[in-house]
Amino acid sequence: MWLSRENIIGLAIFALLAVVPAIAAVTEIPFYLDLGRRMMILAIGALSLNLIMGYGGMISFGHAVYIGIGAYVVGICAEHELVSGFIQWPLALLVCAVVAFIFGAISLRTRGVYFIMITLALAQMTYFLGVSLDRYGGDDGLPLAEPSAFADLIDLSEKTSLYYLIFVLLLFCLWISRRLIHSRFGMVIQGARSNEERMGAIGFPTFRYKLTAFVIAGVMAGLAGVLLANHTDFVNPDMMHWTRSGDLIIMVLLGGMGNLIGPILGALVFILLEEFLSGITEYWQLIFGPFLILVVLFARGGFLGFLDKKKPTEDGDA
Amino acid sequence: MPKPLLEVRNLCKNFGGVTATDNLDLSLQPGFIHAVIGPNGAGKTTMIAQLSGALKPDSGKILFDGQDITSLSSPARSHLGIARTFQITSIFHEFTALENVALAVQAHDSHSFRFWRPVKKDEKLRTPAQAALDLVGLGGRPNVLASTLSHGEHRQLEIAMALATKPKLLLLDEPMAGMGAEETLRIVEILKSLKGEQTILLIEHDMDAVFALADEITVLVYGSVIASGTEDEIRGNQAVKLAYLGDEGAAF
Repeated sequence: MWLSRENIIGLAIFALLAVVPAIAAVTEIPFYLDLGRRMMILAIGALSLNLIMGYGGMISFGHAVYIGIGAYVVGICAEHELVSGFIQWPLALLVCAVVAFIFGAISLRTRGVYFIMITLALAQMTYFLGVSLDRYGGDDGLPLAEPSAFADLIDLSEKTSLYYLIFVLLLFCLWISRRLIHSRFGMVIQGARSNEERMGAIGFPTFRYKLTAFVIAGVMAGLAGVLLANHTDFVNPDMMHWTRSGDLIIMVLLGGMGNLIGPILGALVFILLEEFLSGITEYWQLIFGPFLILVVLFARGGFLGFLDKKKPTEDGDA
Repeated sequence: MPKPLLEVRNLCKNFGGVTATDNLDLSLQPGFIHAVIGPNGAGKTTMIAQLSGALKPDSGKILFDGQDITSLSSPARSHLGIARTFQITSIFHEFTALENVALAVQAHDSHSFRFWRPVKKDEKLRTPAQAALDLVGLGGRPNVLASTLSHGEHRQLEIAMALATKPKLLLLDEPMAGMGAEETLRIVEILKSLKGEQTILLIEHDMDAVFALADEITVLVYGSVIASGTEDEIRGNQAVKLAYLGDEGAAF
């Protein structure tokens, strides 16, 4: 159903995001632009995590690592005066794909809590690798000398252009995700979450499909990282710290797992709350924590699940 | 006698000190419905699990269509033509009935690295899936969420999913478990309609159903075969009466 509540909320979110630059211009508060970009970048990250966590049942506790790697590739390239986005970006996504393939091949041999722990361990390992990269700033990180250059196509140092590029890329990722989950591949991923034993019995070797999903999610998170580097003009190991991976999980849970708009809404709400609450008190997590517990307890499907009480209909539209 | 479709030789499986399968020998003729009966704990489900590849035997051999499949995985065996149903309903609860079966069809329609076309419009999946639902009597409820189907319908769906993979051998693990008389009759009718074409290994406690369907019956006790033969041979077998039937002897 085209006008499902999910779609209406999605439209509302994107309509709002589309006018943020105008609002920032009229109110002369450029901070809104900054906030909007950060929201959308993390929305891409949450969207990618939701692909494997919400649809595939793979709870990765190290997903921020791909954001970090994406950002680092841009940062390191720029450090070596390789600023062309046409090289930086595909390279970043490729590196993310390779790392996700290796990490996935290792961690997907396990299930449940072991999977969570291994993804966490691999991500922390990478985090410490980042810390130890003295040549690239180590713990302090690496300032981006200049943003990715795309010839005369788009100027990313122009912050509104960057904003709309991120906007378009978020929409693109949403579209890709949507096609993906409704495809044959998507059904296999969802089937593997639902009942792995049955998948084997009807003839699916699920490992290769789960690994592919893991790589796709890693690449999409890598894109978020590439954008994040250009957004902050700065890269540091903290981007891949396990707490960042935790943030992504929280965004997915907040908005609602297993639907496409949920994680985007979750990312938006997360960033807004973080901004708003940290303005009130330094210990904003003291308020955020209980809030999160309430959401998890009383709105199992996250915000979207709470707003959208409708059960799947006879048409099977879940 | 034609060449058996499935041959099991000296199959053994221990769980700690418990012998679940004890030098099991079994031979299935193509086109036959072969029932395996036995008291609870006789190792029937363990046997199915080993035949379908979900469980590795400790020793012994399983030959399917002349090929040694003992070390093959579940998906690999599924592709050779072995399908199973589960004693405890094992379906995709979040999917509709049709989606459940369509996924089984999809598993046997080349690889699934297809990322773009929506399955909802994929007639190559939907048509055979609907046919399998029709066959088991669920044809009228394709778009009902599997979790909301009744217990009896779940059992029908199990069979539809197994049939959708177009198996050469169907392993049915108590398809009538927990069903009422009317529902049991429906399953018996479904299986009767497959008789002669589909080779079936049927595990069942319902003796009426077993006698109505089976061409051959094997009696399993403590993981090994104590008798195997036609209905009359089993009815007349003294060892079976003693070892297995006990107070159920009246059924004979």
